[in-house]
Amino acid sequence: MLALSNFLTVGAILFCLSVAGIIINRKNVIILLMCIELMLLAVNMNFVAFSHFNGSVDGQIFVFFILTVAAAEAAIGLAILVVLFRNRNSINVEDLDLMKG
Amino acid sequence: MTELQAVLPEAILTGLACLTLMVDVFRRPGAVALTFWSAVLSVLVVLIAVATLFPPGMTTYFHGTFVLDPMAAVLKTFLLVVVLFSFFYARDYLQRHGEDQSVFFILALFATLGMMVLISAHSLLTIYLGLELLSLSLYAMVAMDRDSKAASEAAMKYFVLGALASGMLLYGMSMLYGVSGTLDLSELAQRTSGAEANLLFTFGLVFVLIGIAFKLGVAPFHMWVPDVYEGAPTPVTLFLGSAPKLAAFAMAIRVLADGLGGLHESWQDMLILLAVLSMAIGNIVAIAQTNIKRMLAYSTISHMGFLLLGIIAANAIGYAASMFYVIVYAITSMGAFAAIILLSSAGHESDQLSDFTGLAKRSPWMAFIMLVLMFSLAGVPPFAGFWAKWFVLKELVGAGEAWLAAVAVFFSLIGAYYYLRVIKLMYFDEPTGALPALTGSEDARLVFSVNGLAVLVLGFLPGTLMSVCLGAMLVGTG
Repeated sequence: MLALSNFLTVGAILFCLSVAGIIINRKNVIILLMCIELMLLAVNMNFVAFSHFNGSVDGQIFVFFILTVAAAEAAIGLAILVVLFRNRNSINVEDLDLMKG
Repeated sequence: MTELQAVLPEAILTGLACLTLMVDVFRRPGAVALTFWSAVLSVLVVLIAVATLFPPGMTTYFHGTFVLDPMAAVLKTFLLVVVLFSFFYARDYLQRHGEDQSVFFILALFATLGMMVLISAHSLLTIYLGLELLSLSLYAMVAMDRDSKAASEAAMKYFVLGALASGMLLYGMSMLYGVSGTLDLSELAQRTSGAEANLLFTFGLVFVLIGIAFKLGVAPFHMWVPDVYEGAPTPVTLFLGSAPKLAAFAMAIRVLADGLGGLHESWQDMLILLAVLSMAIGNIVAIAQTNIKRMLAYSTISHMGFLLLGIIAANAIGYAASMFYVIVYAITSMGAFAAIILLSSAGHESDQLSDFTGLAKRSPWMAFIMLVLMFSLAGVPPFAGFWAKWFVLKELVGAGEAWLAAVAVFFSLIGAYYYLRVIKLMYFDEPTGALPALTGSEDARLVFSVNGLAVLVLGFLPGTLMSVCLGAMLVGTG
């Protein structure tokens, strides 16, 4: 039987991977979008685990909402990506330097 | 009040926003006015609904996920007024730049719905949903000008950092849920008060705080603010620089004061760090800017740092002072961005500081209003911004943080330099070269005058608004 800490460890590893991916990645904007999705999934893992071990369904309901919002978020992100590519013909993160960040 | 009556303003807004979308889809090309008036009418109807349903005390609805209290009603009223003003400014800009982009009004309506839900949220789930509805609309609004390289770059940066912030916030929420077993804020408050310092609670608190800091735009989580403010079309900058600050303030109060009030000793220290950093970075870096939108972005960072000072006091009067501060800031910054819109003309954004040179000779009245707004942002007495700073500092000293108040005053003095520079440019410098004639439409100028005069009147009668804020807070968090 898996313990709560096992689930939390997996969630934490996924979360760290996604944050590292967003910070380290300098090449491709699509990978940024994938990292954002991974981050939300890491959170979902936490919610489901807590929900099961606390014996309340609130967490699982939260997960449904996160999944729905994540879909909308991906749609907006890809739409912005299309606009960006049309304007600059590149989706390289390093090219996003028109304004000093 | 029944549950349906409690959410009536939000329900009406949902319906009218969809209706406006339909009007926009089926209107003739070029008839932007139809969408505009439909959006204005929607906001007015919702404003009336909010005013008539003003609650006497705090009640929660829908199993504690939605709360209606005087704080929510006051903030929603000001939010809707700010949104209404921004619609008039945006129409002026879109007309002059010859763009058929009525999508601004529809996205703004949905963003307003998100903000209203966020202001009335009383559970971690509703906070998240309101915040996402607001953020997703804002990402799309920034990218509205499809042919602008700067706008699409700003939108992408905003999207990635905003999504990162939401992820952090959610991770923190999952921790809080894990330890307390509830999503409801008042139940969360019961579990946290008196509990021994739990490591997971602090862990969750840190992540939630990072998420809130990102959304408010306080240092060190401010990286997106200057780029987005500069890259976005000016009416979008105006919108996202004013109204969402009211909602973000409400979110901070709901989470920190209502939900995690028991942990206030932990979050006070973190907020002090954020506030000092924001005031330092915001005020010092703003001096080096030549683009006025970017300068106002750094000014936002410093003002949001100042706003946190009232929350650090951790009592109802301190929250009321912060609420006064955020309302005054929203109205004033909206006016400052509106000045850029009124000065711009087709093909010329007019967002450089040099565009304001010699404005007093070209339009004495506009220069005067801008003078009032800049004095208010700088915190010169007797303008509204001075009283906002005064109330916050008074509470801070009362809470025994006199050194922090001294730091705040020091950075405000540094900050006064770049606001006064704008006034010097307008009144004492001769324009170099030909500047485009002022082309702002009559109604936009009228709205701008009302905007400036409101700041002036608030400066002479600060007690009225402050007593409203105090009334709201003493009932709300009492």
